[in-house]
Amino acid sequence: MNITIHLNGQTLERNILPGTTLFDFLRNEGCMSVKCGCDTANCGLCTVLLEGKSVLSCSVLAARANGKHVRTLEGLQQEAEEFGAYLAGEGGDQCGFCNPGFIMNVIAMCGELKNPTEADVKTYLAGNLCRCTGFASQTRAILRYLKDKEAQRDVQR
Amino acid sequence: MSSVNTSVRKKDAVALVTGKPVYTGDIAPKDCLIVKLLRSPHAHAEILSIDPSKAEKLPGVVCVLTHKDMPHTRFTLAGQTFPEPSPYDRLILENRVRFVGDPVAIVAAEREEIAQKALKLIRVHYKPLPFNLDPEKALDNPAVVHPEADWKGEAWIQGDPSRNLCASGHEEYGDMAAAEARCAHVVERVYHTLSNQQAMTEPFTAFCQMDCFGRLNVVSSTQIPFHVRRILARALEIPAARIRVSKPRIGGGFGAKQTAVMEMYPAVVTLKTGRPAKLTFTRHECQTCSSPRHEMVIRVRLGADASGVIRFVEMHTLSNTGAFGEHGPTTVGLSGEKSISLYRHLDAFRFDFHVVYTNTMSAGAYRGYGAPQGLFALESAVDELASLLGMDPMALRLANITQEGAFMPSYNHGSTNTSCALDACIRRAAELFAWKDKPSRRVLPNGHIRGKGMALAMQGSGIAGIDVANATVKLDENGYINLMIGATDMGTGCDTILSQIAADCLGVDVECVYVSPVDTDFSPYDCGSYASSTTYVTGMAVVRACQALLTKIQDAGAHMLGCPAQRAVLEGGRVSDDETGKSVSLEEIGKAGAGGALYDLQATGSRMSEISPPPFMAGMAEVDIDPETGEITVPQYVAAVDCGTVINPMLARVQVEGGIVQGIGMALTENVSYAPNGSVRSNSFLQYKIPTRMDVGEIQVAFESSYEQEGPFGAKSIGEIVISTPAPAIANAVFAATGLRFCRLPIRPCDIAMGILQDARK
Amino acid sequence: MLNIRTYALPQSPEEAWTLNQNRANRIVAGMMWLRLSRRPIATAIDLSALELNGISQTEDAFVIGCMTPLRTLETHDGLNDMTGGAFRDALSHIVGVQFRNTATIGGSIYGRFGFSDPLTLLLALEAQVTLYRAGRMSLEDYSRMPYDRDLLLDIRVPLFSGKVAFQCVRNTQTDFSVLNCAMSRTSNRVLCAIGARPGRAILAPCLNGALADRPVALGKSIAEHIPTGGNMRATAEYRKHLAGVLAERCWAQIGGAE
Repeated sequence: MNITIHLNGQTLERNILPGTTLFDFLRNEGCMSVKCGCDTANCGLCTVLLEGKSVLSCSVLAARANGKHVRTLEGLQQEAEEFGAYLAGEGGDQCGFCNPGFIMNVIAMCGELKNPTEADVKTYLAGNLCRCTGFASQTRAILRYLKDKEAQRDVQR
Repeated sequence: MSSVNTSVRKKDAVALVTGKPVYTGDIAPKDCLIVKLLRSPHAHAEILSIDPSKAEKLPGVVCVLTHKDMPHTRFTLAGQTFPEPSPYDRLILENRVRFVGDPVAIVAAEREEIAQKALKLIRVHYKPLPFNLDPEKALDNPAVVHPEADWKGEAWIQGDPSRNLCASGHEEYGDMAAAEARCAHVVERVYHTLSNQQAMTEPFTAFCQMDCFGRLNVVSSTQIPFHVRRILARALEIPAARIRVSKPRIGGGFGAKQTAVMEMYPAVVTLKTGRPAKLTFTRHECQTCSSPRHEMVIRVRLGADASGVIRFVEMHTLSNTGAFGEHGPTTVGLSGEKSISLYRHLDAFRFDFHVVYTNTMSAGAYRGYGAPQGLFALESAVDELASLLGMDPMALRLANITQEGAFMPSYNHGSTNTSCALDACIRRAAELFAWKDKPSRRVLPNGHIRGKGMALAMQGSGIAGIDVANATVKLDENGYINLMIGATDMGTGCDTILSQIAADCLGVDVECVYVSPVDTDFSPYDCGSYASSTTYVTGMAVVRACQALLTKIQDAGAHMLGCPAQRAVLEGGRVSDDETGKSVSLEEIGKAGAGGALYDLQATGSRMSEISPPPFMAGMAEVDIDPETGEITVPQYVAAVDCGTVINPMLARVQVEGGIVQGIGMALTENVSYAPNGSVRSNSFLQYKIPTRMDVGEIQVAFESSYEQEGPFGAKSIGEIVISTPAPAIANAVFAATGLRFCRLPIRPCDIAMGILQDARK
Repeated sequence: MLNIRTYALPQSPEEAWTLNQNRANRIVAGMMWLRLSRRPIATAIDLSALELNGISQTEDAFVIGCMTPLRTLETHDGLNDMTGGAFRDALSHIVGVQFRNTATIGGSIYGRFGFSDPLTLLLALEAQVTLYRAGRMSLEDYSRMPYDRDLLLDIRVPLFSGKVAFQCVRNTQTDFSVLNCAMSRTSNRVLCAIGARPGRAILAPCLNGALADRPVALGKSIAEHIPTGGNMRATAEYRKHLAGVLAERCWAQIGGAE
């Protein structure tokens, strides 16, 4: 079947098999940041933005993304580097395999929640598993990042 | 300028946080054949016949391989230094399957769907055989897992496959009867830890291709590239010189990838077809056919005299190695060695063990390597002893723990404690936790019960007298330092940590050091990253390499400056003549060495340590229990660690935090569980629950450093020890809160609530 | 890659219903569980074009289209204001935000999964479902029916003035519930549903009698009347105990004997 997907600002017209998941599609298009960690929609590694919302690309048919906008970390390099500096500054990057999905959802969270508390952050990101860090360094990185962003906004005001 | 003991960011950070294609699965050629495995539905069966012909005919299928196509040399997949202590008890495929999931056939196809379809077309006729899943029933069970005549184990492991015995052993010191006679209190208890999965986020992945020299190139997410090469050579019956193994970035290992779980399957496909081939385990395969922690049943007896001096410890460990013996003979030893050695006044100890085969998946190496099981048992028992004595558990430990200079009869067959700040760790943890101010049990206004518990741990730093590491450093023609190691950074940051060591040795900025990827063709030999060896063993190899290079650089500088070598000093990136003050930069020396002068600007350092200095740790847990529902959380966990000099405090802290959360998982939720037919029920992240960020409370980490003379800059290790304290500390806290002593892990809400109810009914 | 031969995006419920009469075809809702089944699908029927994604309010009910993501219910002001946040409580522990952004309420309710949290809550709210052929019926009836090939169009939550509570116990915060309990109370009745027993959620019988007695009898009565089972997560006996505990807690949360 033929589909059109707006991927990271580029419009792609492709012929796909109906069973193609968005995950398969994205990896095939070279978006290697999108990782598979579980096959059961539990780990969050394959998180991408579909129409601005974070979704598990392993559990979305590519056909369903027809005509829609999809973003992966490949299309958000500046944001990734910006937040990633905080993450690495806490040693929270570790093996890195969960980083892209995690950072995608952090980006989604920053777009959705206004001034989230630590508890809000933990709840929002609960679907992103990480086995290396024990999460504490990730939380520290996010809270520092949010604080600095808030300060920047204050300066701009 | 010093970078040791500073929080340098990981050198690969930018690539990782921006999602660059740096993992095995990202860099595999697009035309790789996809490899899939047909797996046994039976826990134990003989394959009477197998017919791949229908599958072979499916368009897009390139080969279907069965046991008939496989070499006949038995081998082990355990990544250990030769001669391997794990028995040679497996073939790539065999006419016997020993657990549900044991591979039966290998399919390679142009696309995944085709390979998947082909699996269904293979006709196998099994003769199911009696099987046993229970380690306590394994010894002399009529269901013999390894009846084959060509089973081969080193004599010292004392295995007897006809009895389902993979290994056994005994160690004793002092006069047990006399020691017991001095005791006023004796605790005897059996503890049972179930198997756990490492659950690294990147599944096992490898791909293979032939190069222009007809050599098999293996790219794998592995902790042990050099061992993989040796293992594959034996398994495939080809010379090791025909194999090259490299590892890209690794998405976590925790010991899982210290076993060559799956490289052999794409390797055999590439050898047979000449084509690139890739295999990525599904999470289901990672959960059901991998290398999890050994289940252990540990009987502990220990006694103390009336004043609270622990006089003897006796431990018997029964370890379940599963269907194959990977790491079976060696993990078990740590259950005794790394627990008994914590206590210094022992008149006597006895430790013996049986490692048994069962029809469950083969166990392997997981962070801690037997120590967490032993420490759960002994540190729980020590708490029981404290309550018999009416002593504070911390006071009892402080009165008995090992210390610097103490002889440890149970450690490495008797050795001296060369560096130890365990008492400082306990005191620091107690201060942060407010141990003395917190009652052991208190009831909150909401009815929840809080309890406190503590536990100690020790581990090793490398394997004494066995682990070998080499490091090569070069001053390149642009004045930068190229560090080449065979140790494998799996996310822990060892590439960065070893660069910090090199930078300080050579007096340059850590930014001037770059690390080459690990490749058996180009990297100096290293046994790999396991056994908490990298910072301590490889780190010292880096120190030695840098010392040798330093001399060479100074010699070259002296030559360029026209001064005697002893006047040339390397400092701050320049070699200066002590007398004249004239100097040349590293860049100038590097450039000169690249043409016009014959300077040797490269050096290799080697390291094998005759000792394995233990890091130490104290952990304190507060648990919060809802007595009606049994729900349990750990709102506060405090840990103080003595890993010697902390090379990178930021990365060390994350090691501690991550290890503690894995330990909390082991204590409360994680459990590899089998259905009666031998299939794994915890076969996904849906059913095997690792902690999420909502499950974790506050974790406070402190370091109390001793200085280890044998380690680089005084460092020991940290990678493994961090997982061991939560299980016993939490069990002890649950006891303090509820009076319930849990001897089996994990401790679930169901168990707590029903335990409280039963107590109430009594 | 899923095993799907063709993909259909029907433009009317009739078209979707017709396609769904073929046993080899499957409706894809949120697709969260679909991929766990190995069964090949001839035609995947995507209901995305039927405008069933959204929550609207009528005179007497909130009408939730079957394709509405769980996250929309979780963050819906109207539903949460009416129930004192019970929708948030019942949904926010399900795996993660990404999961709830695509998992649909229709998929959850059609599945009538034993582990379902929303099914328990909606039972206690006397929700109704609209099926394309069978029409309107109570969720309680629907929850007892065997799977058929009708089309679930929407779920209706009657406007309600009273108090609602949802409680659950989980081994980890985002795991399936070991047991869950929802209770709703108006001036003239109390309803209590227990789910993840681990079987499908059911409404507890004879509740008002127990309440008339005293609170302690409530838990006991619930524990007695609710059948439970054992699985990997907990034993049947524990679940029975928990049913009583959670029911009493819900009762306390919605005002108890006041």
